Amino acid sequence: MENLIALLVAAPLLGAAVLLCGGRRLDAVGQWIGTVLAGASFVIGVVLFADMLGKDAEHRILIQHLWTWIPVESFQADVTFRLDQLSMTFVLLITGVGSLIHLYSVGYMEHDERRRRFFGYLNLFLAAMLLLVLADNYLLLYVGWEGVGLASYLLIGFWQHKPSAATAAKKAFLVNRVGDMGLSIAIMLMFTTFGTFAFGPVFSHVGETGEGKLTAIGLMLLLAACGKSAQVPLQSWLGDAMEGPTPVSALIHAATMVTAGVYLIVRSGAIFNAAPDAQLAVTVVGAVTLLFGAIVGCAKDDIKKALAGSTMSQIGYMVLAAGLGPIGYVFAIMHLVTHGFFKAGLFLGAGSVMHGMNDEVDMRKYGGLRKYMPVTFITFGLGYLAIIGFPGLSGFFSKDKIIEAAFAKGGTEGWILGGAALLGAAITAFYMTRVMLMTFFGEERWRNQPTRSPEAASAEPAAEHHGEHAEPHPHESPKVMTIPMIVLAVGSVFGGAFFSIGDRFLHWLEPITGHSEGNSPLSAATVTGGTMVCLLIGVGIAYAMYGRRPVPSVAPRGSLLTRAARRDLLQDDFNHVVLVRGGEHLTRSLVYVDHTLVDGVVNGTAASVGGLSGRMRKLQNGFARSYAVSMFGGAAILVAATLLMRAV
Amino acid sequence: MSFPLLTATAVLPAIGAVATAAVPAARRTAAKSLALLVSLATLALAITILVRFDPDGGRYQLTESHAWIADFGVRYELGVDGIAVALIALTALLMPFIILAGWHDADPLETGSKRWRPTQGFFALILGVEAMVIISFEATDVFLFYIFFEAMLIPMYFLIGGFGDRAHEHGEEAASTQRSYAAVKFLLYNLVGGLIMLAAVIGLYVVAGNFSLQEIAQARANGSLHMATNTERWLFLGFFFAFAVKAPLWPLHTWLPNAMQESTAPVAVLITAVVDKVGTFAMLRFCLQLFPEASKWATPAILVLALISIIYGALLAVGQRDIKRLVAYASISHFGFIILGIFAMTSQGQSGATLYMVNHGISTAALMLVAGFLISRRGSRLIADYGGVQKVAPVLAGTFLIGGLATLSLPGLAPFVSEFLVLVGTFTRYPAIGIIATFGIVLAALYTLVLYQRTMTGPVKQEVSAMPDLRARELVVVAPLIVLLIFLGVYPKPVTDIVNPAVKSTLSDVHKKDPKPEVEAVAK
Repeated sequence: MENLIALLVAAPLLGAAVLLCGGRRLDAVGQWIGTVLAGASFVIGVVLFADMLGKDAEHRILIQHLWTWIPVESFQADVTFRLDQLSMTFVLLITGVGSLIHLYSVGYMEHDERRRRFFGYLNLFLAAMLLLVLADNYLLLYVGWEGVGLASYLLIGFWQHKPSAATAAKKAFLVNRVGDMGLSIAIMLMFTTFGTFAFGPVFSHVGETGEGKLTAIGLMLLLAACGKSAQVPLQSWLGDAMEGPTPVSALIHAATMVTAGVYLIVRSGAIFNAAPDAQLAVTVVGAVTLLFGAIVGCAKDDIKKALAGSTMSQIGYMVLAAGLGPIGYVFAIMHLVTHGFFKAGLFLGAGSVMHGMNDEVDMRKYGGLRKYMPVTFITFGLGYLAIIGFPGLSGFFSKDKIIEAAFAKGGTEGWILGGAALLGAAITAFYMTRVMLMTFFGEERWRNQPTRSPEAASAEPAAEHHGEHAEPHPHESPKVMTIPMIVLAVGSVFGGAFFSIGDRFLHWLEPITGHSEGNSPLSAATVTGGTMVCLLIGVGIAYAMYGRRPVPSVAPRGSLLTRAARRDLLQDDFNHVVLVRGGEHLTRSLVYVDHTLVDGVVNGTAASVGGLSGRMRKLQNGFARSYAVSMFGGAAILVAATLLMRAV
Repeated sequence: MSFPLLTATAVLPAIGAVATAAVPAARRTAAKSLALLVSLATLALAITILVRFDPDGGRYQLTESHAWIADFGVRYELGVDGIAVALIALTALLMPFIILAGWHDADPLETGSKRWRPTQGFFALILGVEAMVIISFEATDVFLFYIFFEAMLIPMYFLIGGFGDRAHEHGEEAASTQRSYAAVKFLLYNLVGGLIMLAAVIGLYVVAGNFSLQEIAQARANGSLHMATNTERWLFLGFFFAFAVKAPLWPLHTWLPNAMQESTAPVAVLITAVVDKVGTFAMLRFCLQLFPEASKWATPAILVLALISIIYGALLAVGQRDIKRLVAYASISHFGFIILGIFAMTSQGQSGATLYMVNHGISTAALMLVAGFLISRRGSRLIADYGGVQKVAPVLAGTFLIGGLATLSLPGLAPFVSEFLVLVGTFTRYPAIGIIATFGIVLAALYTLVLYQRTMTGPVKQEVSAMPDLRARELVVVAPLIVLLIFLGVYPKPVTDIVNPAVKSTLSDVHKKDPKPEVEAVAK
C-alpha cells in the first residue's frame, strides 16, 4: 500500500510537467489533463484512506522511503513519505477540494488564452502541497513549503501584464521568504541539537534537550508559519494575493496553502508541548491575527479582500488552537478542514458573482443578486451560515470547540484568549452578514452604471467578453462551476456534525496529536451560549447598518478605525516607509559606496603601492598594458633570480 | 605506462585552440564547428575521468609525474581528488554551451564598422581558457599550478577587451573604451594577486625545498617540515590574497561587475562560472593543505569577509540597473557562500561549498545565457528598457525565471542543496554567522524577482513587442542546463559521493572534526 503514496504526488507533478512543457498542441485539452490528474490523486487518496480505516489505530502509519537525497557525513536527508492520520486528512482535503476547484476552473478560465498554463500551475501546486504534508522530515517539507510558495507566486501573478498582479506575486514570495528563514534556522537548530531533522527521531528525543533550545526551534517554526499562513506580523501579502484568479484564491489562499502553518505547528506538537513559551507566542499570534483579520474584513468593499481578511482571521483561530497544545490540536485541524469547505465555497461563490457581474469586485456595486443567481446565493448563503457558526453547521462545531479550548487553557491567559475568540466570533458574524447583505440583498446598485472604469480594466476573463462599460447582466454560472459550489456547500453544512458525532474526528487524529481535556472555568453550554449571543449581536449590528439602510454605492469616509482597516491597519504603509524606502536608500548609497569608496580605495592602494598615482586614469591608453607586461617580466626575473641563487 | 588521461583532457582543448585559430578566415563556420566538436570531445574525456575515478580509492588518482625543471624542483605532477573531478566535469560540461551560446557573438560586424572581429580567435581563446582551467584543477605541483593560474589571464584579457555586446547605448567608441577599461582592470587586479602569490610560492620553496603539494602536505602532517608560525601566516596570506581576488571576495570584487558587464554573456559565464572557481578551489586545495594552522588562524577574519560579501553583494544586486551587473553582484554574494562553507571547516560546509561551485556554475550559466539572448534581441543591458517580455516571448521568460529561481536557491533545484549545506555547516560551528548569512536568501529573492518583474511582466513595451522567442539553438543551450538543475536538486548524491571523501581528507589536514549534536537521536 505504501507504494501508492508517491503516486499521490506524482500524478499532479506529471500533469504540471506535461502542461508546462507540452506546448500549444495541448491548449485544447490542457484543462482536462489537469483536472483528471488532480482527480486521480484524489482517487488514490481515497484508496489509501479506505485501507487506513481497515487497520487499527496503532498501525495506521505508512512510510515510503524513495531515495537518499543529501548525504554528507552525519547530515542525512532522505526523500521519505509518511502517511498517517494527520497527513491523510490533508491529502483528502487538498486533493478533494483541489479537484473540485480544477473542475470549477474549467468553466471560469474558459476564455483565457493561457489556460493550459493555469492548469499546469494548479497541478504544480497540488504536487507541492502534497509533498509538504507527506514529507517525513523537515528538509523535504521545506521543498514542498517553497514549492507551494512558487505555485502561489505564479498564480497570483498569473495575469502578469497587470503591474498590480506582478507586484502582489513578488510581495507574497518575499514575505514568505522571511518566514522561510525561520524554517531554515529551525532545521539548522534541530540538526545541531539532535543530529537529524527527521520527524520520528526528533520527536522521540525532545525530552533530552533543554527548554531553551526547544523554545528557539518553536519560535522559528512559528515565524515560518506566520509567513505561509498570513499571520501577524507577516500577514500583509494575503490581501494583495487576491490579484490572482478567483479559483486560486479559493484553493491556495483560503482552503489549503495558507493552512500549512497550522499543519507545521500541529505536526511539531512534540516540540511545542515541551516549550510553553513558544506555545504562548503561538496563541498570542493566533489571537491577535483573528482580531486583526476580522477588523480588516469589516472595512473592505472588495468582496475578495473581505473574504481574505476573513481567511486570515479564521486561520488565526486555528493557530490559536494549535498553540493551546493537546487541548487544541485536534480542533485546529477540524476547523481547518471545515474552513476548507466553507471558505473555498465562499470564494467560488464570489467568483461566480464576479463572473456574472463583469468581474466587478466592489460590493457597493452589487445588491439584490439573489434573484439572478439562485444557486450561487444558496451555496454562498450556506457557507455564510457555516462560517458564522450557525447552530448545526460546520463552523458551529469546530469554532465552538476552539473557543472552549481557549478558555480551558486556564488562568488569566485563558480568559484573555477565550475573550478574544468570542469577540472574533461577533466580528465574524458582523462582516460576513455585511458581505451577504451587500451582495445578495438590498437595492440593485449595479443598475444604470458601468461596472468598471476603463483604466481599471480587469483581466478576469469574463470582462474581455462583455465589454467593460456595459451595465452588467447578472446571470447564473454554468454547471461546471455550480456543481463544485454545491458539493462544497454540502460539506459546509454537514462536515462539522459528521466529525463531531461520537467525537469521530477526535478519535481519528488523537493517536498522532494526542489529546487532553483542560479544565475550563466555563461549562461547555455557557461557552456555546456566549458564542450564540455574540453571533446575534454581530448579525444584528450588520443588519441594522446594511440591511435596514440603503448601502451607498460610494464608500463614506468612515471613522478613523474604518479608514485604517481599509488600509490593512496601516501595515503596508509601515512596510513601505521602513522597509521599501529604507531599503532603497540603503541600496542606492551602497551602490555609490561600492563605486567610489571600495573601488576607489582598492584601486588607489594598488596605484600608490605601484607608484602609479595619477596614471591609473590612463588605463585605456596602453600604458597599463605595458605595466602588465612589466609585471609578467618581473615575475620571470624573480623566478630566474631564485634559480640563480639556488645554483650558486 | 597507462594513458595520461589528465594530460589529454587539458591538451585536447589546447590543440583545439590552435587548430581553431588556424582555420582560414573565410571558413568561419568551420572554425565554430571545430571548437564545438573539441569541447564535446573534452567533455567525453572529462566523463571518462569521472567514471575512472574511484571515490573510495586513494586521495589523488590518475596521477602523472615527470621531472620538469629538475634544478628548481619543479615537477609536472597531476592528480585529482573528488573536488577536482567535480570541477573538471563542470568546466567541460559548460564549455559546449558557452560556445553554442556565443555562436554569433564574434561574427564580423556590419560593413562600415571599423572593428575587426576575428571569429576564429574568439573560439580559440575560449578553448585556451578551458585548457588552462582544467590543468589548474589537475596540477598538484604548486609551481605548475601557478603558471596556469596566471597564464589564463591572457586569453581572458583578450576575450573581455576584444569582444563585447553588439549594441551599446553610447555608441561603439564609448563601448570600446569601457571594454578596455574592464579588461585592464581585470588584468591588473589578478596580476597583483598573482604577483603576491608568486612571492609566496617562492617563499614556500625556500622553506620546503620543493613544490610538490603532496610531499609538502605529508611532511607537514608528520612533523618533518616545521614552519615558523609567522612564516606560515605570511605564506598563507600570499596564496589567499590571489585566490580572494579571483574568487572574488569583498573588498577585492570590483573588477568582476566591470568585466561581466562588458563581456558577451558567454564570456561572462566563462569568468564567473568557470575561471573564478579556480580561486575557491585553490583555497580548498592549497591554503588548507599547505597552511593548516594559518588557515585556522585567519578563519574568523575570512568568515566575516565572506559574510560581508554575501550581504553586500546581494544588496548591491538589488540596486543595479544593468542586468549583467546585477548577475555579477549576485555572483559575489554566492562566492561569499562558497568561501563561508570552505572556512566553516565542517563536512557539510565544505561538501556544500564544492557542490555550490558546481551548482553556481550551472545556474549562473542558465540565467546569464538567457539574459544574453534577451540582451542581443533588444540591444540594451538596462533593466528599464524591458517590460512585458513574457507576453511576447513566453519560453524565454520561463527559462529566465527558472534560472532566476535557481539563483535564489529554490528548493527542488540544485543550488538549494548546496546553499543549505553551507548554511548548516556554518551554523553548527558559528550559529550567529549562520543566521546572518540566512538573510542572504531573502535578499536573493528580492533581486531575482525584481529583475524578473521589471523585465518580463507588466504591459508590453513598444521596443520589445516584436521580440522573437527562443530559437532552436538557444533552446538547445538552455534546456539541458535546466534539466541538470532539476536533476541535481532532486538527486545530488552522484556529486556528493565523489566529493565527500575528498572533503574528509581536507578536514583531517586541518585537524578539524564536525561538532557533535547535543543529543544522539540517530543510531550510528
